Amino acid sequence: MDDPRVGEQARTCLVVDDSSVVRKIARRFLEELNFQIIEAENGERALDACRRAMPAAVLLDWNMPVMDGHEFLLHLRRLPGGDLPRVVFCTTENNIDHISRALEAGADEYIMKPFDKDIIAAKFHAVGLIAASMPA
Amino acid sequence: MNASDYEYLRKLLKDHSGLDLSADKQYLIESRLLPLSRKCGLSGIDNLVQKMRGGSARHIAQAVEAMTTNETFFFRDKAPFDHFRDTIIPELLKARAGRRTIRIWCAAGSTGQEPYSLAMCLKEMSAQLAGWRTEILATDLSQEVLEKSKAGIYSQFEVQRGLPIQLLVKYFKQNGEIWQVNADIRAMVQHRQLNLLHDFSQLGTFDVIFCRNVLIYFDQDTKINVFNRLARSLETDGFLVLGAAETVVGLTDVFKPCPEKRGLYRPTGTRPAVAPMAAAAMPRMAAIGGR
Repeated sequence: MDDPRVGEQARTCLVVDDSSVVRKIARRFLEELNFQIIEAENGERALDACRRAMPAAVLLDWNMPVMDGHEFLLHLRRLPGGDLPRVVFCTTENNIDHISRALEAGADEYIMKPFDKDIIAAKFHAVGLIAASMPA
Repeated sequence: MNASDYEYLRKLLKDHSGLDLSADKQYLIESRLLPLSRKCGLSGIDNLVQKMRGGSARHIAQAVEAMTTNETFFFRDKAPFDHFRDTIIPELLKARAGRRTIRIWCAAGSTGQEPYSLAMCLKEMSAQLAGWRTEILATDLSQEVLEKSKAGIYSQFEVQRGLPIQLLVKYFKQNGEIWQVNADIRAMVQHRQLNLLHDFSQLGTFDVIFCRNVLIYFDQDTKINVFNRLARSLETDGFLVLGAAETVVGLTDVFKPCPEKRGLYRPTGTRPAVAPMAAAAMPRMAAIGGR
């Protein structure tokens, strides 16, 4: 298939969050949606992971030490192949200014915490990462 | 909950609403009926079922409503809105080029997510629709639900179910964790209380009717009656959109499915004369409407 998102590699999702609890919850939801999970605790680690192999999706926190999610995204989109991953922010930053900045930086979707499995499924569906929302 | 209570609820829901609850839906009962039991000042679901078994019509009606009220969200099921943008509007742009008017009816408008999703679709197509008059009428059985729709106010949770983030930024105003549909989008939707079992011919004729996830609660005769009357309220080259689990097949020949377009139907041109359902059908609706 032409679109690398649809091939074998398509099911990798990089979960970037400095909270191991959030990463664990996100991992559980995303594994149920058949994603293979890679975790990173800040933007810099996440960039390293992307340089090694571009994931199909990135679930991205905003506020993190070392490098925040916004800065990570700006860097990611400049990497070779960095336009491919679908990036879904997942953050407590829930005001319209942050959302606009995220979209300008190249985010595909935006989840305002708290989130649940349905929201993740709906957002991943919206950006074409999964075929359909899971039935409730 | 014990097996006998579960079986009782299953049968009751089936009889009252047609809702067919499979054996693994215990969580659904708990998530809907526990809050209801508290609201009624009862100690829990066991207590609520006890009242229902005792014949309390009020508790039965409220339980049926709690179990059958569908969650609705923006761009629910996605496909109908793709059909709207890619098939329905382009075809009407050709077919209505003379009068440049498109009338849309959301026959189960509920809390507004569907009519506002359609309004946003139209807004996104405003270049093609320049000089056109579009009208969206949202009706619902419940006045309470209509009031919420009119206000166009949604929680952070509600705006994250199906609404693309770009549209949230574009068409909503934020007030903390509350989001309100912008006034110009709200102004595109008219609201009106309506029971589908009653005569609705006075609404006039529409080019598009969305009637999703409401007929599933009706018995077969009622469905047929409503379909036949919907056909009379739809232009002969109009479009009917049903829910993902609904169909006209095997019920009526006034509509036919559009090949390859799930949920989309067109009139066949057959228009049987038909009267609204008699008052006999009402108690059932009352149970669903909670009134």
